Amino acid sequence: MAVVFDKPHALTDVPMHYCPGCTHGIVHRLVAEVIDELGIEGKTIGIAPVGCSVFAYNYFNCDMIEAAHGRAPAVATGVKRSDPENHVVFTYQGDGDLASIGMAETVHAAARNENITIIFINNAIYGMTGGQMAPTSLPGQVTQTSPYGRDTKHCGFPIKVCEMLSELEGPEYLERVTVSNVKNIRNAKKAIKKAFQNQLDGKGFSLVEVVSTCPTNWGMTPQNALKWLEDNMLPYYPLGVYKDRSAKEETK
Amino acid sequence: MAKLTFKTDKCKGCGLCVDACPKGLIKLANDKINQKGYHPAEITDESACVGCAACAMMCPDCIIKVER
Amino acid sequence: MADKILMKGNEAIAEAAIKAGCMHYFGYPITPQTEVAAYMAKRMPKIGGCFLQAESEVAAINMVYGVASTGKRVMTSSSSPGISLKSEGLSYLAGSDLPALIVNVQRGGPGLGGIQPSQADYFQATKGGGHGDFKMIVLAPSSVQEMADLTVKGFDLADKYRMPTMLLADGTMGQMMEPVSLDYEVKETVDKPWATTGTKMEREHNIVTSLFLKPDELEDLVVERYERYKVVEENEVMYEEYMMDDADICIAAFGIAARVAKNAINEARKQGIKVGLIRPITLWPFPVVPFKKAATHVKEIISVELSMGQMIEDVRLACECKVPVTLCSRTGGMIPSPEQVLEAITRANGGAK
Repeated sequence: MAVVFDKPHALTDVPMHYCPGCTHGIVHRLVAEVIDELGIEGKTIGIAPVGCSVFAYNYFNCDMIEAAHGRAPAVATGVKRSDPENHVVFTYQGDGDLASIGMAETVHAAARNENITIIFINNAIYGMTGGQMAPTSLPGQVTQTSPYGRDTKHCGFPIKVCEMLSELEGPEYLERVTVSNVKNIRNAKKAIKKAFQNQLDGKGFSLVEVVSTCPTNWGMTPQNALKWLEDNMLPYYPLGVYKDRSAKEETK
Repeated sequence: MAKLTFKTDKCKGCGLCVDACPKGLIKLANDKINQKGYHPAEITDESACVGCAACAMMCPDCIIKVER
Repeated sequence: MADKILMKGNEAIAEAAIKAGCMHYFGYPITPQTEVAAYMAKRMPKIGGCFLQAESEVAAINMVYGVASTGKRVMTSSSSPGISLKSEGLSYLAGSDLPALIVNVQRGGPGLGGIQPSQADYFQATKGGGHGDFKMIVLAPSSVQEMADLTVKGFDLADKYRMPTMLLADGTMGQMMEPVSLDYEVKETVDKPWATTGTKMEREHNIVTSLFLKPDELEDLVVERYERYKVVEENEVMYEEYMMDDADICIAAFGIAARVAKNAINEARKQGIKVGLIRPITLWPFPVVPFKKAATHVKEIISVELSMGQMIEDVRLACECKVPVTLCSRTGGMIPSPEQVLEAITRANGGAK
């Protein structure tokens, strides 16, 4: 018998602290699979965010750094520029981290076409602090700090990160994926692999937004959360490639 | 014919693998409780499993090993 | 002596940093320290180093955090309002035991304040500089030569003790031009097995973090850090004494204030007043011993500062209130004149009441 599926080497044996059915674990595994397949574990340095995935540094076997809230792209910039030839650098950030407190760092790393890979988990809520409104919470979405539903007249609209960054000259590659089913998981992995390969090829800033769930703070079963994601998140956050400079140049 | 190995003690009983199995072969063991206090996932009829690994791909905690 | 060149204080910092092996600089423009960035922008590309203008001071200090995590020498520079923005990063650097050099060319505050020289960030620099229990080594240059020397020293100390080190200058020091010698032998670098440079599949993964949720674990780490701080206090205190042997009156002053004070002391000595100076070069660790000693033979200590009186608190603590400690200061970007200091000396001497 041949092993057709097992834990990737780049993932440690430490049990993940995530709630049952949380899709963080799936995305961690995809990143680790890509690190394995590209054979880059020994030269990869990951940057963990603040938020639910703050302990990502315990789950990856590569060297890891814990950044201040939102600052991961700036930290990644330092790590990459410390040794551009030999360091493969990725950040793993949630929506509050990347699109609220760290928006400046995100936008400017993109504008510089910083040669790093960003995995962006968008689950429209602050998980770690107990379910507050995120910059990506949907209009009308009930959270702890929008108990009557997100009122766009009062606190504005969710930010579509891929769309917004795609207006910049800088970034190389922006794609939005999800992990709501096996087919989507396969696509997500392809995107993540491309985002790392781009860095190895020196192409620059590559960000994969993964539309994800938060069953606990959404107040749903993991199954219902996936359904809610497909019914509510995906219409607002359509999947697809928002920028792929190299592909565009090839087709010219 | 495929072989599934569950790291039962790491299972959080979320059930995403149950829904992922195209043949409906996985269930949460209602008669068992693991170290974490969850009903762990298990396969009901391994002989019917084709080893597609859909369950393993859906598992957030990476507890399923698939051999074929 | 032949190789002395005329340089601005800010430029001397930059060139000395390069000589010390710092190949990465991140910063954001702010008066009166922008020459450091401008110098780095010119030099770094020529020597294979990295100068990057960050989108903010917050980003700059976190880029510093990134390079520091990989074990390389790295620095940033700013001025007072910018240092407030960097204080988040300073706390994270300290909490993750990362070495780095941070330059503060102080200007008047609080708030946006002004752009003229100041020493009003003494508290911020020496009492923490961010949230949590931590210290930074704080070096206070008083000449362009010291701007350079203490830059090199700052990198060495940061590496040796795995902690952020701050060069605390002021606008005058940054803009002042003096002859300076930059002959440094680059010392052996400290081994950094903790650095996150990739496992090469040869070791367990390194983790750089300041997060420790178990309170007993965090307490142990902080206590260990404070034991290291004690070693710094025992071994790294630097100060200058000027005419203290027979002094009846002692001036306490650092940086530009010490230069002003020296002028006043020379004048007072001509008038027969026995006055001397203790100039702390390390503001943390603070030179407690010389002040304690001075308190046994002087009748008053005058703290000369460019603030409403900040170092004066450490002077009082050092001499355990055995002698009166008074303040002679200007603030808001103003500098005390030698005449003002001389007046304070005369008053302390019992004259001109």
